[in-house]
Amino acid sequence: MTTGLVFAIAGAQLFFLGVYSLIVHTHLLRRILALNVMGSATFLAIVGMAQRAQGAAPDPLAHALVLTGIVVAVSASALALALLRQLVAAGGGTALEEDREA
Amino acid sequence: MVNLYLVFDLLLALTLMWVGWRTLTSPDLFRGVVLFIAFGVLMTLAWVRLEAPDVAMAEAAIGAGLTGALLLDALADLRARRSHQDIEVSRLAAVSVITLALAGVLSWVMLTLPAQHASMHAPVTQPPNASGITNPVTLVLLVYRAYDTLLEMAVLLLAVIGARALHDEAPVGRAAPQYDLLAPAARVLLPAILLVAAYLLWAGATRPGGAFQAGAVLGAAGVLLRLAGLLPSPATYRRWMQMGLVSGFMVFLLVGVLVIFAGLPWLGYPATHTKALILLVETGLTLSIGMSLLSLFMSVPEQRSPSTHARASAS
Repeated sequence: MTTGLVFAIAGAQLFFLGVYSLIVHTHLLRRILALNVMGSATFLAIVGMAQRAQGAAPDPLAHALVLTGIVVAVSASALALALLRQLVAAGGGTALEEDREA
Repeated sequence: MVNLYLVFDLLLALTLMWVGWRTLTSPDLFRGVVLFIAFGVLMTLAWVRLEAPDVAMAEAAIGAGLTGALLLDALADLRARRSHQDIEVSRLAAVSVITLALAGVLSWVMLTLPAQHASMHAPVTQPPNASGITNPVTLVLLVYRAYDTLLEMAVLLLAVIGARALHDEAPVGRAAPQYDLLAPAARVLLPAILLVAAYLLWAGATRPGGAFQAGAVLGAAGVLLRLAGLLPSPATYRRWMQMGLVSGFMVFLLVGVLVIFAGLPWLGYPATHTKALILLVETGLTLSIGMSLLSLFMSVPEQRSPSTHARASAS
């Protein structure tokens, strides 16, 4: 068991925790949180797997990939939050229509 | 005999999973958002343990800082702040079983993969060009995978345009908050924050740092000023803001195209003045990323007015 493998496996658990939460919750802010947790989990898995060998040197390609990913994730979240606010302002509530009817 | 580092890693990974679980299951969304910020701080620690200082800095500024500020700001607009699992028990059980099984399968695959695999460490740390850039992450971002970074700036720009298109007016400066300490503290902190951003930009060539971290710190400085009510009305600097937003993409594109006339491939760098060119591109990227993050934070629908707050506090 190496540091990389520990965090890669934690990433795998967190990713499916996010998937679970995405399905069972209808509040859209919770879903945005779940997507963010899934993103962080993916980043952990990428960097962790690149470093799973004992004494492996850090892989700069994985780091650069995750660095861009973090910036894209925050911009996507901001766009999602702007959409949510617009939905609330338009009287649509905090859940999607099909979820409210269910 | 026991490897203490590994014990720490296991404890940190378990804490991460616990905080992640609580973030996504506590019925109170405010608690969930605060826990998500704590999750970002723990992620930063994990990056340090994974020997990824570049990622750790970006995570500290963005994952733990800006995303949290964005979420708290959005939460202030919502009246429904509680979220429950509204789903029948049978479906809940099915979803639990399936996601648990998938997590198990993925973990098993990760554990059984051979430990030896191709790493980009050696090819990247022996740079073929005498650019003077020795930070391998900066090399990947600005030289080897420059096309990816260029398109990422386009994605960021699209997100900003999308968020700003969602409201009718340009964002308005918010009324100064009633916290007495915020504005003076922001004034004292601002020079230090700007210095850190400039240092990160410069240091990125040889040490952990670079345009992404510097841009994130710059964006955080803007958010702090905005929260303290110190930003002037956007109408006075809208043109500058727009230029800042596109500067990263445009400078990168311009440099990438102009080198073609020097007989180089698209997005290539000439043998001389490489470091100066990369620094020029990175300065544009820093400005753009900082401006974009601030702009995303300022993209508040115009419905956000005293009446909204009055209704929220009255209910």
